[in-house]
Amino acid sequence: MGENITFFVLMLDAMLRVSTPLILASFAGMFAERSGIVDIGLEGKMLGAAFASASVALVTDSAWLGLMAGIAVSVGLAMIHAFACVTHKGNQVVSGMALNIMVAGLGPVLALAWFNQGSQTPMIADIARFKPIHLPFADKLRDVPVVGEVYSELISGHNIIVYLAIGMVPLAAWFIYRTRFGLRLRAVGENPEAVDTAGISVAGMRYRAMIVCGILCGVAGTYLAIAMNTLFIRDMTAGMGYLALAALIFGKWKPLPTLLACFLFAFAQALEARLQGVDIPGIGIIPVQAIQALPYILTVLLLAGFVGKAIPPKASGVPYVKEK
Amino acid sequence: MSAASAPTEAPRWVTHALVPLINLSLALIISGLLILALGEDPFEAISILAYGAFGYPEAIGYTLYYTTNFIFTGLAVAIAFHCFLFNIGGEGQAYLGGLGAGVVGLAIGHWPAPITLILGILAAAVFGGAWAFIPAWLQAKRGSHIVITTIMFNFIAAALMTYLMVEVFIEPGQQSAESRDFKAGAIMPFVHDILAQIGIDAGHSYLNLSFVLALICCVLFWFFVWRTRWGYEIRSVGQNVSAAVYGGIMPSRAIIIAMCISGGLAGLVGVNEIMGVHHRLLLEFTAGYGFVGIAVALMGRNHPFGIFLAALLFGALYQGGQELAFDMPNINRDMVVVIQGLVILFSGALEHMFRGRIEALFMRRAKIAPTAAAE
Amino acid sequence: MAASDAGRGASPPSGAMPPALEVIGVEKWFGSVHANSNINIRVAAGTIHGIIGENGAGKSTLMSVVYGYYQADSGEIRVNGETLQIKGPEHAIASGIGMVHQHFMLVDTFTVLENIVLGVEGGRMLAPSLAAARSELERLERDFNLEVDPDAIVGELPVGVQQRVEILKALYRGADILILDEPTGVLTPQEVDHLFRILAALREQGKTIILITHKLREIMALTDEVTVMRSGEVVAQVYTAETTREDLAAMMVGRAVLLRVEKGEAHPGEVLLDVEDLSVKDHAGIARVKNISLQVRAGEILGIAGVAGNGQSELMEALAGILPRQSGHIRIKGEEIAGGTARGARNVRAAGVGHVPEDRQHMGLITSFEACESGILGYHRDEKYNGRVLMNHAAIVADVGRQMEEYDVRPPLPRLRTGAFSGGNQQKIVLGREMNRDPDILLVGQPTRGVDIGAIEFIHRRLVDMRDVGKAVLLVSVELDEIISLSDRIVVMFDGEIVGEVTQGEATEQMLGLMMAGERRTPRGSTK
Repeated sequence: MGENITFFVLMLDAMLRVSTPLILASFAGMFAERSGIVDIGLEGKMLGAAFASASVALVTDSAWLGLMAGIAVSVGLAMIHAFACVTHKGNQVVSGMALNIMVAGLGPVLALAWFNQGSQTPMIADIARFKPIHLPFADKLRDVPVVGEVYSELISGHNIIVYLAIGMVPLAAWFIYRTRFGLRLRAVGENPEAVDTAGISVAGMRYRAMIVCGILCGVAGTYLAIAMNTLFIRDMTAGMGYLALAALIFGKWKPLPTLLACFLFAFAQALEARLQGVDIPGIGIIPVQAIQALPYILTVLLLAGFVGKAIPPKASGVPYVKEK
Repeated sequence: MSAASAPTEAPRWVTHALVPLINLSLALIISGLLILALGEDPFEAISILAYGAFGYPEAIGYTLYYTTNFIFTGLAVAIAFHCFLFNIGGEGQAYLGGLGAGVVGLAIGHWPAPITLILGILAAAVFGGAWAFIPAWLQAKRGSHIVITTIMFNFIAAALMTYLMVEVFIEPGQQSAESRDFKAGAIMPFVHDILAQIGIDAGHSYLNLSFVLALICCVLFWFFVWRTRWGYEIRSVGQNVSAAVYGGIMPSRAIIIAMCISGGLAGLVGVNEIMGVHHRLLLEFTAGYGFVGIAVALMGRNHPFGIFLAALLFGALYQGGQELAFDMPNINRDMVVVIQGLVILFSGALEHMFRGRIEALFMRRAKIAPTAAAE
Repeated sequence: MAASDAGRGASPPSGAMPPALEVIGVEKWFGSVHANSNINIRVAAGTIHGIIGENGAGKSTLMSVVYGYYQADSGEIRVNGETLQIKGPEHAIASGIGMVHQHFMLVDTFTVLENIVLGVEGGRMLAPSLAAARSELERLERDFNLEVDPDAIVGELPVGVQQRVEILKALYRGADILILDEPTGVLTPQEVDHLFRILAALREQGKTIILITHKLREIMALTDEVTVMRSGEVVAQVYTAETTREDLAAMMVGRAVLLRVEKGEAHPGEVLLDVEDLSVKDHAGIARVKNISLQVRAGEILGIAGVAGNGQSELMEALAGILPRQSGHIRIKGEEIAGGTARGARNVRAAGVGHVPEDRQHMGLITSFEACESGILGYHRDEKYNGRVLMNHAAIVADVGRQMEEYDVRPPLPRLRTGAFSGGNQQKIVLGREMNRDPDILLVGQPTRGVDIGAIEFIHRRLVDMRDVGKAVLLVSVELDEIISLSDRIVVMFDGEIVGEVTQGEATEQMLGLMMAGERRTPRGSTK
C-alpha cells in the first residue's frame, strides 16, 4: 500500500514538473485566442525565450536576468505577430508559422556564433539556474505516512517557476473573469464590433493580450532552459507549443479545464516512461508511442465533436475590419 | 449612376512577379544584415552559397534532389490553398507516403523495376492522401479547424511511424530503427547513373528520377487546377463559397478532393526519399520538408511555375547552405531555416504591407492612359 | 400647421426648449455616391420622431453620422442647442445620444449585466462595477418598464428581449436621445407592440426618440413628427397628426421618371412556376418567408416589389434551390425539385431555371476569375465545355466570347478578370450566362443595381424579349419604376408575406408605396 502511494506521489511530482511549461504556454495561448488572435507561434516564443534566457544566464550568472531576457524576447516575438496580424491584417496562421521557423533557425545560428559549441549553449552553472526550493520541515515530515510524503515529495522541492505557474492559474482566471480588462478581452474575441461601438480600441486590446501571451511564453521557455534543463539545445521545445495549443482547445479556452488538460497530458508523459514494457492485464503492452500520441489524438477527437463541443471565441482568427 | 470607368488594376506581372520579388528581397536583405551582424560578409556568403549550389555537377545534383522534395510539398500546400485551406500536415503526409513506398518496396522489391516503382508511387500517393483525408473530412463535415487537425496529425504520424519502425519493420540486429534494404526492383535510378551510361560524369549525388516525376506533377497540376472541372470547383470554393454554392458546387466535396490530392503530393516525397535515396524504410526522412513547402507555395503564389522556381531557390539554399556552413564557421545550416522563416513572414503574413502601395503606384500610371475596360 | 419644406421644421410653441437634436446642412459622400445631401432636420425634445424612406434614402448613413461612426463632410450637428464635434461614438454617448443598431452589438456569451457595463465599467475591478450597475439597472427597468433578467445569457434570449438590452445599454449610458434603426425587422408582432409601449413610456419620461423605418404603420402609430427622406435628401418634415399614409407613401417613392419599356401585351400561357404556401427561414433561423403562394406563367413577367429585407431575397434563394424551405411546395413545370443546398441549385438549373442573383459580386460571379470562367459558373459541368478529363478551354472562351458580344459586354474580352469590368458589364455577363441556356424560367434579382443608364435599357429590353418568346420571368427589385415598367403583374412583399397584387395597368407608385410600407390591399393569404 505504501509502495503504491509512493509511486503515485512520484508520478504526480513528475507530472507537476512536466506540466509547468505546458500550463504557462497554454494560458499564454488563452489570452491571445480570447482576444481573437490565433497563435500558432507559442512554440517559437518558448524556444526564443529558452535561448535568450540560457544565453543571458550563462553570461551574467543570474537566473533572474535570464528570466527577464527570456520574457523580453518572447514579448518581442509576440509584438511582431501582433504587428502582422492586427495592424496589417495578415494571415494569423502563416505569421505564427513563420515566427516558429525563424526562431528554430535563429537559435542555433546565434548559439554557434556566440558560444561556438555547435547549435547549443554551454551548460549553465547551477548558480544561474532556478533550483528546487525546499519548504520548511520538508525533511522532518518525510517519514510521516501519506501526508509527509505528499508534503516533502510532491509539494516541496520544486523550483520557483513551478510554484509561479500554479499560482498564475487562479490569478489568470481572476484576471479574465473579474477585471475590466478581462471583460473587454473576452468581448473583443466574441464580437469586436460591439467593443468598437462602445468606444474601445480593438487593436489596443489585442496588442495588450499579445503582451500577456508573450510574458507567459517567456516564463515557459525560460523554465525549459534554465530550470528544467541546464542549457539550450536546438528544437528543445519539441512540439510543446503545439501540445499547449492542444491543451487549450481541450480545455475549451477556460482556465480550470485547461489546467486539468495540461495535467492530463503531462501525466500521460510521466506515465509513458513507467509503462514501457509493462504488461497490463486485458490490454497487453501499450506501445510507448501510443501514449505519446494520446494528447494529439484526444484533441482531434475533441475537435471532431466526439468528446463534447469545442467552441472557440467567435472572432478568433478573423482580422477586424471596420465594416461599411 | 456607376463610375464611368472600370476599377483599374495593376498589371498582372506586378502582382504575380514584382511583389513576390520584393518580398523575397526583403527577406534576403534582413538575412544579409544578420550575417553581417555575425561578423561575416553577406556578399561573400552569397557567392559561397551559389557555388555550393551550382558550382559543380554534384552540387547541382544535390540541389535538384532537394528541389524535388520542395516541389512535391510546395504543390501540396498550393492545391490546398486554392481551396483556401491551410495544409500544415505536409510532414505527416510525407511520412506516410514514405511508408507506402516502403511497404511496396519491401513486399515486391523482387518484381521488375518499372512495375514496382509505379506501384510504389501509387502507394505513396494513396497513403499520403489517406492521411490528409481524415482532417479534410473533419473540416468539411464537422467544421474542425484544419490547421489544428493537420498539426496534430503530424505528431500522430511521427508516433505511428516510430512504432511501426521499431516494432514491425526493423531489421533484426540493427541498432537504429531501419528496415532491410530493398531489392533492385524498388530502387529509383539515380540520375548520375543514367548519365554515366551515356558517358556524362555527373559525380555522385542523391538526384534520382523522382525529379522527373516532380516535373511531371507540375504539369499535371497546372492542367488539373485550371483545365478540369474539379479544379474549377476547388478554386470556386476557395475564392467565394457563396458563389460556388450558387453554382451548384458542394464545398465539402471540393475540400476533400483538394486535401486528398494535397496529401498525395506530399506523400510523393516518400518516393524520392525512400525509393530514390535511402532504399530502405527509416525514420525522420521528412526533415522539415513539409514546412518548406509552405514557403515555396507562398513564394510561388500557388502556381506550378512559381513553385518550381521557389523550390529551386530553396534547394539551392539547402545545398549551398551546407557549403556555407563548411566555409564560414560562424554560420551553420540553420541560417537557411531563418531565411525560410523570413520568406514565409514576408510572402505570407506581411504580403499586404507593401503590396497596396506598389500596386497603387502602377495603378496611378494606368489611370492616365484610358483603360480598355472603361465604358 | 402644414407640412414644412425641406429646410425648416415647424417652429415649436413659444417658450419651449431648443430641439433635442438639430442636423444642419449635413453632407456625406462615399466616393462618388452622394449619400446625404443638405440634410436639415429638427427633432423636438421629448418626442418620438420618425425618419421614413426606402433603401438607399440615406437614413442609416445620417444616423451613423449623428452617432459618430462616420464624420460628415460638411454641416453641423447641435444637441440641445449646442453645436458639437462628434468624432466618434464616445462623443455621441457623452452628449447623450444612444443608438440601437439594426444588428445588435451584443456579446452572446455574456450576461445582460456584463453587456450593459461593457465600456463604462467605472473601475478596474468588475465586482463593484457590476454591483453598482445592477442597482442602476433595476432602477431603469422599473422606471421604463423594461423587464430583463440581469443574469441571463444574452445569446439565449429571444430577439425582442435582446433589443431591450440594447435599449438599456443606451439608457444606462445616460442617453436622452435614443436612435433606433429599423428596430422591428426581427420582431414578432407581439414583440413589436411591446416595443411600442416601451418607447411611449420613454417619451413620457422626457426622452427623445428617433425611429428609422420604412414601415408606415409604425410611423402613424407612434411618432409625433416624421421626416421623409429620398435619394439622400430630406423631402419633407411634417407633424404625423396632420398627414396621411398616402401622402407619406407618395413622398417616400416620389415622382421618378418612368423608364417605360416598349412592349406589347402579354399573352400568358401555362403555369411554369408554382409556389404554394412556402415558408423559408434564413441562415439565422428567423422566419423570412411566411406562407407565400404565387404563380408565374409562360410569357409573363411577375414583378415582386418591396423594400429590401422583407423576405424577397430568401424567396429568390429558395426558388433557386439554394436555401432550404421549411414547408410548402415549389413546382417547376409541374415537378417538385429537391432543394436546399448546392445540390438543389444544380437540380433547379437542370430543370430549366436561370437565376440572376441579387448580389452579383458575392454570389453571381467570382471576381478573381477570368470572365470566361465566371461566364460558365453553374454550367461548368456541361458537355459542351468538357471532354472526359479536361475542360475544353477553347470552346469555353469562344462561347463566353459570343455571349459577351451578344449582350454587349464592354470590353468583350473573355480573358479579362471579372473584377475589372464595371458593374453594368458584370451584370450583363451574368445575364448572358443565365439567358444563354434558354431557360424556361428566369429568376432575376435587382437586375440594374449599380448599372448605368445605357446598360439598364439593354437589360430591360432583354427581359421583355424573353417574355415575348414565352418564358416566365420572376423579377425582384426595390426600384419601383423598374417593377412598374417591366412587370405584367406585380405583387408586393412586406414582412415575408404578399400584401397585395395588381396588374401593370392598375399600378401607381402611390398604391405600391403604400403596400411596400405595410398597407394591405388584398385580404391576408389570398392571391390569384
